[in-house]
Amino acid sequence: MALAKITSVSGRGVYVPGNDIDTDRIIPARFMKCVVFDGLGEFLFYDVRHTPEGVPTGHPIDKPEHKGATVLLSGANFGCGSSREHAPQAIHKAGFRAVIAENFAEIFFGNSTTLGIPCVQAAREDIAKVAAAIEKNPALEITVDVTALEVRFGSDKITITQRESARDGLINGRWDAIGDLIDGLTAVQATAAKLPYMSAA
Amino acid sequence: MSAQPKSLFEKVWDAHAVRILANGQTQLLIGTHLIHEVTSPQAFGMLRDLGLKVAFPHRTFATVDHIVPTNELVEPYKDNLAQAMMDELRKNCAQFGVTFFDRASGKQGIVHIVGPEQGITQPGTTIACGDSHTSTHGAFGAIAFGIGTSQVRDVLATQTMALGALKVRRIEVNGKLRAGVYAKDVILHIIRLTGVNGGTGFAYEYAGSTFDAFTMEERMTVCNMSIEGGARVGYVNPDETTFAYLKGRPYSPTGASWDAAVARWRSFASDTGCRYDDVIKINADDVAPSVTWGINPGQGISITENIPSPETATSDDDRAGIIEALEYMKLPAGKPIKGVKIDVAFIGSCTNGRLSDFQEVAKYVKGHKVAPGVRAIAVPGSQIVGLQCEKLGLDKILIEAGFEWRAAGCSMCLAMNPDKLIGDELCASSSNRNFKGRQGSITGRTVLMSPVMVAAAAVTGVVSDAREVFAVN
Repeated sequence: MALAKITSVSGRGVYVPGNDIDTDRIIPARFMKCVVFDGLGEFLFYDVRHTPEGVPTGHPIDKPEHKGATVLLSGANFGCGSSREHAPQAIHKAGFRAVIAENFAEIFFGNSTTLGIPCVQAAREDIAKVAAAIEKNPALEITVDVTALEVRFGSDKITITQRESARDGLINGRWDAIGDLIDGLTAVQATAAKLPYMSAA
Repeated sequence: MSAQPKSLFEKVWDAHAVRILANGQTQLLIGTHLIHEVTSPQAFGMLRDLGLKVAFPHRTFATVDHIVPTNELVEPYKDNLAQAMMDELRKNCAQFGVTFFDRASGKQGIVHIVGPEQGITQPGTTIACGDSHTSTHGAFGAIAFGIGTSQVRDVLATQTMALGALKVRRIEVNGKLRAGVYAKDVILHIIRLTGVNGGTGFAYEYAGSTFDAFTMEERMTVCNMSIEGGARVGYVNPDETTFAYLKGRPYSPTGASWDAAVARWRSFASDTGCRYDDVIKINADDVAPSVTWGINPGQGISITENIPSPETATSDDDRAGIIEALEYMKLPAGKPIKGVKIDVAFIGSCTNGRLSDFQEVAKYVKGHKVAPGVRAIAVPGSQIVGLQCEKLGLDKILIEAGFEWRAAGCSMCLAMNPDKLIGDELCASSSNRNFKGRQGSITGRTVLMSPVMVAAAAVTGVVSDAREVFAVN
């Protein structure tokens, strides 16, 4: 199963400020009543993008100048809470191809990586620097370079970090493990055979 | 013994490690795969697209919990989308040979209640489920992971997933909890101490004399909310309490294999002197009946404390968090949380929807009435829990007090079913998350607490100290 090598993502950025943005906020539970992931993009951050009456609140991702953005920036502990893959799916289907945050919740990070969405960490002041540059010029191209571990924007750049296993997977085109896991099936049977509870009743 | 002392986490990990993958992660065997209707349909779809089958159908178990209505028993359900998810799971289980605990089986319930109840959850095993509260099963000395849908696909197709090892933090709680203090208060206390992301990258080992004395249901309540503190995995070392709980369950070993299993299970407990990446010690005496006041489970206080105000913030982040939370919760800064008016009382969920939760509530609400204007619902975590309660007459006590007694499901914990808050209703809830909009209304408000504290709020109509309301001492 050949996967693309995701070495960098370039495009416009949008900053969604806040810490502890949980996956219920990223995609409210009622939109998970579905048997396919299609169509989730329009419900990204739905309940903060709309008032209870359904009136748009002017959320950053709805601002005309940020339309078509592919890089999402946020604060600390992004994606905490529920393990729903619907959250990174909604982010991806809304057009985002990379997320920059101070840090990520564990399950969200793994889910995103498996979908080929680089989640990279940056210092708060550096994220603020990129956010300020976007504010000044929303059309500015932001490049998240996973190989070089830096984000370039205009003539400036910041350093980013990423867990090595995720970085390796992305840049070498093995971010979705299914192929590797299937290759190991003979070894899986051997491991299972050593565990009494794995035998058929 | 010459071998290096190891923690339970390391032992279970080593026993299930298949091989190291090219990216440095481990291909880890997942012995038990639990699935439900919300996070599995797309995974089965991917399996079909790839032309794969379920590798170990006999180690895969399904139930339906998130979307089932708790006041509507007959299909088709009024909600077409819920019915479609139900049909999809039924079809997938039949096609791929997976055991399905549906309502007709009499064993349906919240997946984290069903596993232990059936004896499927066992010490020294690995468990995965497409739900972040899978850490619940760690109460048995299992390593249990909440996973996303692509990983559900991975586990269905290969019974393994790719994972990096976690660090281990031992959280030791010692002493006897004071009267009116419950396991729920212990975990709310821990999350308050560590913050909502303090556990990122860690597996939690809960230990100490408080945990030694806990029942399995109490251990499950604590392990359940590990993820609310950022820890994907939480566990308690298996002991006699664990084995006694498992004895005689439908999927527990029997006869000679029972003794062999117990010996094996015992061997997985952490060795004395093993290395931990971090240790936290808590005195049981310091744990008070706790409630949340904000929009994440780390924003909690004891019932006797005042709601924080921006002036008391310890950092800029804390200040911003307090302002955002108070604005959403419409609560007065610096005032007591006690006395805040509630609209709804919810007892249930994978955190607190077990027999002992309803027994404890029934013991105290007997002779009391739910306050006028409060909607109170009690939802057993499984059909079996419901039946046990009914055999003991607990349902009658709750109904007599003014609670609605419902059928098993996730109900108002996440409101993917008809049980929802309306407008900005404030809910005293025994569930696990107080995120904005979590209970089904975009402006709905959640105050997390133990089931007995929910009962106290229900009968007084305000957030209350159950020790006072029910004269607990």
